[in-house]
This record gives sequence, structure tokens and C-alpha cells, in this order.
Amino acid sequence: MLSALVVPRGCLRDNAWICGEYLTSRKHDILHALTLHVELSATALALSLVVAIPLTLIGMRRAWLRSAVLGVAGVVYTIPSLALFVLITPYFDFYSNTPIVIALVGYAQLLLLRNIFTGLAEVPADVVDAAQGMGYGQWRLLTRVQLPLALPAILAGLRVTSVSTVALLSIGGLLGRGGLGQLLYDGYQQELNAQVLTALVLIVALALAYDAVLLLVQRLTTPWTRAAR
Amino acid sequence: MTLRLAPTSKIGDGFSWLSHGSSWTGSGGLLHLAGRQLIISAESLALALVVAVPVGLALGHIRKGGSVVTALGNLGRAVPTIGILILLSRIGAFGVRERTAVIALAIFGLPPILTNTYTATAAVDDDTIDAARGMGMKPGQVLTRVELPLALPLIAAGVRTAAVQVFATATLASYVGDATLGLPIEAGNNQQLYDQVVGTAVVVAVLALALDVTLGRVQALLTPGSPGPVWRRVLPAAWGGAGAPRRPAPMDAGAPEPLPTREVEKPTVG
Repeated sequence: MLSALVVPRGCLRDNAWICGEYLTSRKHDILHALTLHVELSATALALSLVVAIPLTLIGMRRAWLRSAVLGVAGVVYTIPSLALFVLITPYFDFYSNTPIVIALVGYAQLLLLRNIFTGLAEVPADVVDAAQGMGYGQWRLLTRVQLPLALPAILAGLRVTSVSTVALLSIGGLLGRGGLGQLLYDGYQQELNAQVLTALVLIVALALAYDAVLLLVQRLTTPWTRAAR
Repeated sequence: MTLRLAPTSKIGDGFSWLSHGSSWTGSGGLLHLAGRQLIISAESLALALVVAVPVGLALGHIRKGGSVVTALGNLGRAVPTIGILILLSRIGAFGVRERTAVIALAIFGLPPILTNTYTATAAVDDDTIDAARGMGMKPGQVLTRVELPLALPLIAAGVRTAAVQVFATATLASYVGDATLGLPIEAGNNQQLYDQVVGTAVVVAVLALALDVTLGRVQALLTPGSPGPVWRRVLPAAWGGAGAPRRPAPMDAGAPEPLPTREVEKPTVG
């Protein structure tokens, strides 16, 4: 925190929006916030996928179960993030990031599950019939036929989820937690324009980076979707 | 992770805070703050509607600009709401005042309405438009008498998504100087008054859900012949209700195969 004591000069004193001096003098803080943001969002995304698996299996059994799962996910999704963050916070260490990650996992479910179910519904019935006729059991049908064919839709859902997770995580900054959101809010409280803009640009860039990486994964794992066009 | 069930910090305490009349009344009371939040949300939504619906209709009518609309929608999802709130409040022309929050919220209400209006208008069947033209309708009449009515259900869905999102984000407006329900959350968080934080959060959550359900009913009224049992008409889109333009086809093998229209994605809640 020594950097905060240094008397500001040049563009920092002028409180410019774009300021190289800010970037160099606070490099450590910025990198720390960015790293934390990546860690927390990646954890939330990984956990979201893990949680979505059993919910998918439940939803595949009956149409009403699917509606119920999507219904609960929809209720969670409608709760404003600041409210959800503080609602589950008391059950954890107050300054830990765990409740925020859990809330993000909750938000992710609607986006993920809706795409997973849509993707599974789009698997042609003929293909499922054929696989069953070849003696595929339920598990093999799911892992070898249905999931691969639904992969484009699932990955599209993951892309939307990753972008929304990165953005939502920044609201944790209002509660003094989370990476880049905290940088943003601190910058606002210290009336430091360069920090506000840097944090905002990094959040958007990180969201777009997730999107780009997952798009690449989508291209590599489902080459047939491009060939078909 | 450490699970800590400290007696001073449970949801029950939030409810006991809510049970005190003093939490609700006065200039900093929940009633006043909730009212302010609803007013700000309504103003922002109106602003977003005035811009997004005409633009969406016009672009949908000429069927151009789809990629721009999509890009705007995606960008709206990537930019964090709190970021725009803070950014605008730091820009001299806006500053920390009510108008700033309304403009920032309107920016976030815009993409869902624009996307849905454009998509719905552009998706009106070519034959239908041909028929309307054949009956002698002028382009303006085609727009107002054919395309707009046909697009209305999906536009309503977009407005509802935007409204819930704007209301959720309006909570955060207190951080840039407005008097919304974020105020007791912020103050309670700083002063470690967790019963106040949790109690207010419960109110915010309940109001957001109530808004979604209410608008779901309005939307169902605007959707002619909304299918299925009554509960689907009442439940909001995200809950599997009629809000969804079309449900995914049943997954059971051998079911007939109406290709599900992919839903317009819900953007991030603030």
C-alpha cells in the first residue's frame, strides 16, 4: 500500500482517465485484482458446470421435473445480485469470497440449463432411435450421442454464462470483495478516474477473453457445425 | 470454506429487523426507498422504451442492422452495470445525481427491448406482409397494423426482462448518490448491521420476483391464445411459463419434432 502514499504527479495529479503513471505505480494492485477476478470467475464457472450435471439428469427424466428445475433456477436468477450476495453471506466468513462464488453458481444455472435442455431437445429423434436400436443403454446414449450432439448449444450457453459471471462478480466490489469490482469501487471512492476506467476496461476485456476462448473451444470440439454451413 | 452460523447473522434476524415499524417508516425507511426505486426504474424503463421500440421496429421493418442489434445485446451483457453507473457519475456532465442513475439504467434496459423488438418485427412472415401489401396497405400501415401487433408478445417479453433487470440494477443506484434500497444495504454493510442488510435484501428480492410475476401476467394478456394450462400463463418465462416464446420440444424419443425457436437470451441481472 506504499504506492498510495506517494505524492501524485503528472496525469495522476490531473486525475486523467488514461494515465500511464497510474498503470505503472499501481501495477501490483491491478494485477492482484485481475488475478483474483480470473480465479473467482473460473472457479464459479467450473462449479456451475459440476452443479448443472445432476440437474440435467434430473430434468431429463420428466418434463415436469425439467420445468421445476428451470423454475427454481429462474427464481434464483430474478433475485438482484447485491441482495443475493448479502443474503447468503451471513452463513460464511464475512470477508470471504465463497458466498459470492456460490451466488454466481446459482445465477449460472438458468443460462446453462436452458441451453443444455434446448440442445438435448434438438438432438434428432431418429438418431436417438437408431442408437437405441443398436443396443445403446441410457448412459451410453447420453454420453456418446446426446451430449456430443448437444455440445454446440451447451458451449453457447457456457459462453453467455462466462460473460455474465465476469460482469456479476464485479458487483462483489460494492461489498469490499472480489477482484476488479473492488478496484472499480475503490477508484470511485478515491475519485481516481484512471482506476475506474482501468477496472472497467479490464472487466469487459476479461469477459470478451472468456468468450473468445470458449468460441475457440467450440470451433475445435464441434468442427461439424461449421462444415454444415 | 468455514460455515459460520453466528446467531447475530442469520436470515431470521433480517426478518426481526423487518418486523420493527421503524425500519419501514421515515425518510430513510423501506417504504420511501422502495418507492424511489420503483419511480427511478419506471423512468429509466420509459426512456429505454421510447428509444428502443421505434428503432427496433424501424430496423425490423427494413430487416437491416441485425448484427448491430446482436452486438449491442452482447456488449450490454459484458459491461457490468455498476461500471456504467460509476463511470457516468465520474463524468462531469452527469455527476452524482438522480438523472445519472436514470440514464445509466436506461442504457441497460435498452438491449433486451431492442433485440426483442427487432427480432419479432423481422420475423414476421413474408407471406403475411405480401398479403397486407396486396390488400393495398402502405408501408406505414404494414408496420403499425401487421408487424407491430404480431411482434407485440415478444416485445412485451423484452420489456419485462428489461424491467426486472432495471429494477435490480436500481438497487445499486444508491452507491452513486440515489436513495434506493441499496442504501440500507450499503450502510448496514459498512456499520456491520447485518440484520438491516439481510432484511433489506429480502425486500429487494421479493419486490423483484413480484415485478416479474406481475409483468408476466401483463405479457400473457398481450399474447393471444397463450397455450397450455392456466399456471403457464401465470408463471414467468424463466419459470417455464408462457413468457417463453416457445418451449423446447419434448425430449422423449419418438416425439414429433417441432424445431424449437431459440429463445432470446436473458441479459445479466444487475
